[in-house]
Amino acid sequence: MGILSLTIFLPALGALAIGAIPGLSARFSRLIALAAATVSLCLSFYMFAVYDSAAGGFQFEDSFQWIPSINAGYHVGIDGLSLLLVLLTSLLGFISVLVSYKTELRPRAFFAWLLLLETSILGVFSSLDLLLFFVFWEIEVIPMYFLISNWGSGRKEYSAFKYVLYTLFGSAFMLAGIMGLYFTAGTFNLPELYQTELSLVAGSLPMAAMFFLLIIGFAVKLPVFPLHTWLPDAHTDAPTAASIMLAGSLIKMGGYGIFRICLGLFPGEAQHFAPLFMGLAMVSIVYGGAITLRQTDIKRLIAYSSVSHMGFVLLGLFSLHYIGLTGACLQLVSHGLITGLLFAGAGILMHNTHERHIKKLGGLARQMPVLAGVFTIASIGAMGVPGTSGFIAEVSVFLGAFSASSIAGSAVFTIISLTGILLAAAYMLTTLLKVFFGPAKPSFDSVADLTRLEKFYCGLLIAGIFLIGLYPAIATDVLEPAIAPLASLWGG
Amino acid sequence: MNWPFILPEIIIAVSAVIIILADLAKPNRWLSSVLALAGITAAAVFTFAGDYSQPASVFNGMLTIDGWSQFLRLLLLAVSLGVLAVSIEYYRKLEYTWAEFHALSLFALAGMMLMSSAADLVSAFIAIEITAISFFVMVGMLKDARSSEASLKMMLIGGIASAIMLYGMALVFGSTAGTRLNEISLAIGGMSNPSAGLLLGMLLLLAGLLFEAAAVPFHMWAPDAYEGAPTPITLYLSAASKIAGIAIIARVFTTAFSQPQNLSADWGVVAAVISALTMTLGNILALSQTNIKRLLAYSGIAHTGYMLIGISVIGLSQGSAGQANLLFYMAAFALAELSVFSMVIVITRYLKTDEISGFAGLSRRSPRMFALLCVGLFSLTGLPPTAGFMAKLFIFTGAVNHGLLWLIIIAVLNTVISAYYYLKIIKVMWMDEPAGSGEIRPGTPAGMVAFISAAGIILLGIAPYMLLKLAEGSLLSLP
Repeated sequence: MGILSLTIFLPALGALAIGAIPGLSARFSRLIALAAATVSLCLSFYMFAVYDSAAGGFQFEDSFQWIPSINAGYHVGIDGLSLLLVLLTSLLGFISVLVSYKTELRPRAFFAWLLLLETSILGVFSSLDLLLFFVFWEIEVIPMYFLISNWGSGRKEYSAFKYVLYTLFGSAFMLAGIMGLYFTAGTFNLPELYQTELSLVAGSLPMAAMFFLLIIGFAVKLPVFPLHTWLPDAHTDAPTAASIMLAGSLIKMGGYGIFRICLGLFPGEAQHFAPLFMGLAMVSIVYGGAITLRQTDIKRLIAYSSVSHMGFVLLGLFSLHYIGLTGACLQLVSHGLITGLLFAGAGILMHNTHERHIKKLGGLARQMPVLAGVFTIASIGAMGVPGTSGFIAEVSVFLGAFSASSIAGSAVFTIISLTGILLAAAYMLTTLLKVFFGPAKPSFDSVADLTRLEKFYCGLLIAGIFLIGLYPAIATDVLEPAIAPLASLWGG
Repeated sequence: MNWPFILPEIIIAVSAVIIILADLAKPNRWLSSVLALAGITAAAVFTFAGDYSQPASVFNGMLTIDGWSQFLRLLLLAVSLGVLAVSIEYYRKLEYTWAEFHALSLFALAGMMLMSSAADLVSAFIAIEITAISFFVMVGMLKDARSSEASLKMMLIGGIASAIMLYGMALVFGSTAGTRLNEISLAIGGMSNPSAGLLLGMLLLLAGLLFEAAAVPFHMWAPDAYEGAPTPITLYLSAASKIAGIAIIARVFTTAFSQPQNLSADWGVVAAVISALTMTLGNILALSQTNIKRLLAYSGIAHTGYMLIGISVIGLSQGSAGQANLLFYMAAFALAELSVFSMVIVITRYLKTDEISGFAGLSRRSPRMFALLCVGLFSLTGLPPTAGFMAKLFIFTGAVNHGLLWLIIIAVLNTVISAYYYLKIIKVMWMDEPAGSGEIRPGTPAGMVAFISAAGIILLGIAPYMLLKLAEGSLLSLP
């Protein structure tokens, strides 16, 4: 068992230990969760450090036969994009454990589900076998359902149900697409599929049909307008830790799937339908941004802003251009850090003030100066201000999308999408203004600011945002060998 | 006469008789259980040890014993063992018919085991009737209004189904002058074109057989019977008799009607259409159920639909594919039903209600039972990493390979619908406030059945090849 498999399964082992040891105290289950998440994070950092970006390709591979009669294997391995997403996921997994360290409500079950969630997301980002990919993709539903429905707030049961049904609906189509691929190429193995010229094999399904079956599953998760309506509910009603995982890491599975499978295996279809998806990206960006402006609940606001920001990912991906693809991948990571920070901050805010309605908050910069600073940094990241990771990601997306000359109407889509940046500035600044500035309200006088632990994990995320913002090469160096071969398919 | 090949059935039938006689001499609660256990164990040993490498013809071709028979015999024996173990929880309600209950269970078991190897229309009919009549009695065993109604309904509809089936058999016999399945196949091979009488006969035969498996439109008896029957019998109906019903459809149609190719494809398509109707109707009707037994009845109907996909693949491929996948599905389904029902029996006995709302707060009252029940429900939904996921995956891949993509799209969407009502049960147990306090504890046998089946579900979900390999070696002998 290699280091990658260990990274993936350590959290699940932790979950198993928490679930199986009878009479385990809350304190020990926390410690086990923390230990599993920490070790997994350290291993991810180690893999990041030793990943050979000169050689590129999939590294840290593990593979053995799983179900020989249908030629399915356990095959994991990561390239630059997977590596960054694995690192992001284990970082957010670690932070989620810290965020909810003091959970009083059924802590054992909470940490077990949280760790299982982390394993399934890590598995999705590392699978090189489509069946394994699908298994991890489906497993994620169960912990998320329990996390939202039990530890959430508001209409938590409704939101949890909606989340599960949307996901299963999407993955039902995805499964049909994966089977179509399997019967076309005779394998689930991604590296082998990359070697196969699919359009030359007479398959059971037309290529376009497979492409759409697969992308429906990814589009639900990303989410893409009009399949996005589960997201605001789920994000809003989830507990803070689950919101961080959901917005920071889980919805990245959609973008990752499009990159890895839809673009990688169907370059012709991707090019043919690119205008459609660029159009949808534009709608997601503008519509998502416009809706965000109207939100009064702080978590719902962050949730809707994700719809808009994930639109950038789709725009970058379907620019089918090296710079645009790089921007989309950077945006996946950057949005994970920024939204993770926003949700962590919102969680602290709601926990300490017992208030989530933006209009009822105000002037908190005086009572909670550190949180105001954290929120400001996250907001400038979300607005794409230079120096933050958001800037470099969004600029690359727009540059790539604008110069995608082979795609009809790409310039128009890009220019309209640019208003998304304006909208982001509008909703982030008004929120900052309403929540943190203006006259202080005496009712919040006794509200505590960040504890040392909270400063620690917010600091981690802030460091990540500025690291990529100021020195993007740290990410683009590992991304380059993953993206360049793909971009060369369309001559870019 | 090579009677050793049916030794398992003989042992089971003899044990049933001994249980009745022993009860006449000296009624004893444990004696019945022990005798039944001994009979099942002995039969399992002989089944396991028997030589199935070559298909054997028994009673002048009335039965064919092959790998398919061995797999199903073992599966049915295991399920029956589970059912009898779980029914110990139910002793109070069946106190006065305890020995009869055991004896009838074994008779039904013998009938179902014969169904897995019947190679003649007559032996098929006899096996089906042995099973059905035993079940009519067991369903009515509670002797209250609901139970009696269920039994009567099942008997009336079952009687009609038998009559239809017999008429179908008569038509097939009239067209082919044979009742042996392989003779029928030969006779059809000699025809230039299958006659209308033969086609009508096949259709009626299929209709009669679908009754046992509770497929649409012959499913109406199932929800009432499931609800009224003593819950262990509901489990038995759902996990064993359904499987035997599907198995005999596969055996009869594959052996008798797989030549020529277009005839085989015809019934394959008919099975596909019925499958689509069955799973859709079953799942949609399950959505609004509030009684756990009725809900599981409709869910079982939906699963009949998934299994019919396997039958359809067998038809479209003329028996050359789909059998192993179908066997795997049956085993996975039986495991899930065992794990769900054993916990349901314990809970409903304790709470004295079959309403799902009574399950409220179970996750806090009995976390372990909740976990076992969840494993079963996830497996029925088809979520990884459970056997149910792998079973669906195998059935679906087989079907896509034979041009049934439309059916698979319907099937995966059905899976989404089914997720709603399975999750609803989990939601009630997980979220709602418990109605009472105190831990509900299963007895040792029921707890063990649930634990073993849940462990099996997870094991097969992670390493399905262990069983799939076995199933791939257990195929029907083709004529």
